[in-house]
Amino acid sequence: MPEIKNYTMNFGPQHPAAHGVLRLVLELDGEVVMRADPHIGLLHRATEKLAEHKTYLQSLPYMDRLDYVSMLSNEHAYVQAIEKLAGIDVPIRAQYIRVMFDEITRLLNHLMWLGAHGLDIGAMTVFLYCFREREDLMDAYEAVSGARMHAAYYRPGGVYRDLPDTMPQYQASKVHNEAAIKRMNANRQGSLLDFLEDFTRRFPKHVDEYETLLTDNRIWKQRTVGIGVLSPERAVALGITGPMLRGSGVEWDLRKKQPYAVYDKLDFDIPVGVNGDTYDRYLVRVEEMRQSNRIIKQCIDWLRANPGPVITANHKYAPPSRESMKQNMEELIHHFKLFTEGMHIAEGEAYAAVEHPKGEFGIYMISDGANKPYRLKIRAPGFVHLSTLDEMARGHMIADVVTIIGTQDIVFGEIDR
Amino acid sequence: MMEWLEPIQKMLGPAWLPIWTLLKIVVIVLPLMGAVAYLTLAERKVIGWMQIRIGPNRVGYFGLLQPLADGLKLLMKEIIVPSGANKFLFIIAPILTLMPALAVWAVVPFNAELVVANVNAGLLYVLAMASLGVYGVIIAGWASNSKYAFLGSLRSAAQIVSYEIAMGFALVTVLMAAQSLNLGDIVRGQQGTHGLLNWYFIPLFPMFVVYFISGVAETNRAPFDVAEGESEIVAGFHVEYSGMAFALFFLGEYANMILVSFLTSIMFLGGWLSPLPFLPDGILWMFIKVAFVLFLFLWFRATFPRYRYDQLMRLGWKVFIPVSLIWVVVVGVWMQTSYWLW
Repeated sequence: MPEIKNYTMNFGPQHPAAHGVLRLVLELDGEVVMRADPHIGLLHRATEKLAEHKTYLQSLPYMDRLDYVSMLSNEHAYVQAIEKLAGIDVPIRAQYIRVMFDEITRLLNHLMWLGAHGLDIGAMTVFLYCFREREDLMDAYEAVSGARMHAAYYRPGGVYRDLPDTMPQYQASKVHNEAAIKRMNANRQGSLLDFLEDFTRRFPKHVDEYETLLTDNRIWKQRTVGIGVLSPERAVALGITGPMLRGSGVEWDLRKKQPYAVYDKLDFDIPVGVNGDTYDRYLVRVEEMRQSNRIIKQCIDWLRANPGPVITANHKYAPPSRESMKQNMEELIHHFKLFTEGMHIAEGEAYAAVEHPKGEFGIYMISDGANKPYRLKIRAPGFVHLSTLDEMARGHMIADVVTIIGTQDIVFGEIDR
Repeated sequence: MMEWLEPIQKMLGPAWLPIWTLLKIVVIVLPLMGAVAYLTLAERKVIGWMQIRIGPNRVGYFGLLQPLADGLKLLMKEIIVPSGANKFLFIIAPILTLMPALAVWAVVPFNAELVVANVNAGLLYVLAMASLGVYGVIIAGWASNSKYAFLGSLRSAAQIVSYEIAMGFALVTVLMAAQSLNLGDIVRGQQGTHGLLNWYFIPLFPMFVVYFISGVAETNRAPFDVAEGESEIVAGFHVEYSGMAFALFFLGEYANMILVSFLTSIMFLGGWLSPLPFLPDGILWMFIKVAFVLFLFLWFRATFPRYRYDQLMRLGWKVFIPVSLIWVVVVGVWMQTSYWLW
């Protein structure tokens, strides 16, 4: 009898479900996966090494480009590490703004995940529905920072500027006539907070829409229930964090367990799953979207009532106002030093982690007192999740590998860094 | 037959019959190709609207010239034959897919008179021709010398073969009810004084559902598109095809969709018969029913996630085949009683 050998298939990097540049070598027995071997490094940009040669502020925009669907969460961990090391006090209003944008970012990430996950399993329409809502959130990013994706909005000691009082308006063009423009600009007449409040009012209905298409859909359930099961013990042992861990029933969320910024002042719940399969992780993330919406609402109410400074008054770290720089020798020196050398951070080391939409995103920083970090280590949740792909996919079919890649919410920017 | 043709008929003598048949074939195939082209546009528009997009609207008014532009583009493209592919089989596979899809149309009646070949065993012919299409898919997957294509063709072969059984049993109930294999007679069997209450979809409702779902599976359409499975095996059996060779698969798939819609309307929805007794019958009803069934195809695609390969086989073997087997018996018994009103 001839020897029957397993079949090796190259899945990606040019594959519609590879979520970027994942190269996966699958060893198949028929359609059943015997071994899944993820290869990384195709998007390596040496972010950690680059940071050693840039001033603290110059490295900040690189953080946007790690997990490029949850930009501001990455920045938050980075600025927190600097603040911890230098002992900078962040004004309370800046912290509320950060939390609000962290949650907007969580929505952006989860919407992207839901759309891509749906598309991987073949539900095409959810993808376009999700992108409709992402559009509004991107507009919020744009209004506050000028960029729709790579915002570079947080600064050590606060945020770059206060929330704008007006929203950018659509202009009439060949494609949209005056009437259409008027309709599109209807919710953009007030400030950014008005715009976001309008969004938070609409958003729960949109989530219901996605759930109508998926949650009770027999095919969706057949494709996700019991796929890629992680027991709580294994999930903890493998170092999994975020919604992946909560899907397995472990109630671990840094926003509750080691509250940073103003999360301890806000009211929200942490959803957890029961079975640790793809369907539970789906439910957890959908519920997280509803909870994020709640947090955004609370932040909007607080921000309306409490004006104040949004960046620290310590001008060793944050630039002084333009006016005082022109009139005050001390401030002029601060300005000059900040924009030539950058800030100097006291010697020491610090680890700061945030509850990133994908899990625990941490920055470990060592400073030797210079204007650049001596060493920067990025703890990316996606890297850990991808390393469990083999364990999760073994024994499932090819179609399930796609589902598992989807449920891990892999983005290669942070895995390869 | 039309009287004004008789002088031409006399002039041509024995050559008349082949020429007349060829003419009829052209009259059916050309509009069919047009229908396929505009079905692609309709699909993009309808799914676009369901997904809050507008669909193609740049080429011609409302994108009406888009199918022509697409066709022209595919026609101009090079057909790349991968190294290691079996060139002969690689080229012949798309032809093998399209040909049966066109040949079936010979027996499809559009109204009481309009049919190319009024064959008595029409239903059998339809089944035979529709099953031939799978060879094109298998050959394409094998000849491409690609693992993705190979997996796709394996899946598709298994899928088409298993759904054909359920489909065959569904058709058995129809021929039991109509007492005929002739498609025209099947429609005539649904004639009556009560309009749409006389159609077979009422007594054969489970079979109507089984047949239509099997039809969706048989044409490899969402949610049964595992053979193409875009996010899993990229494009399945036609991943290596380009240009017109790819277009032939595409034409075959859409021609099959239209065919399944026609057969569904003929066998279960009363063909050209009018749904209300006081309205005249006519070909228009046929087109309305076909358009409705085609819309269901598109609606499914926009709504459902994709089945996994083994789940799809389970649905075929463990649900549809038992259900249709039981219903064959039920209909058989039912027809012997006085409660059979059709």
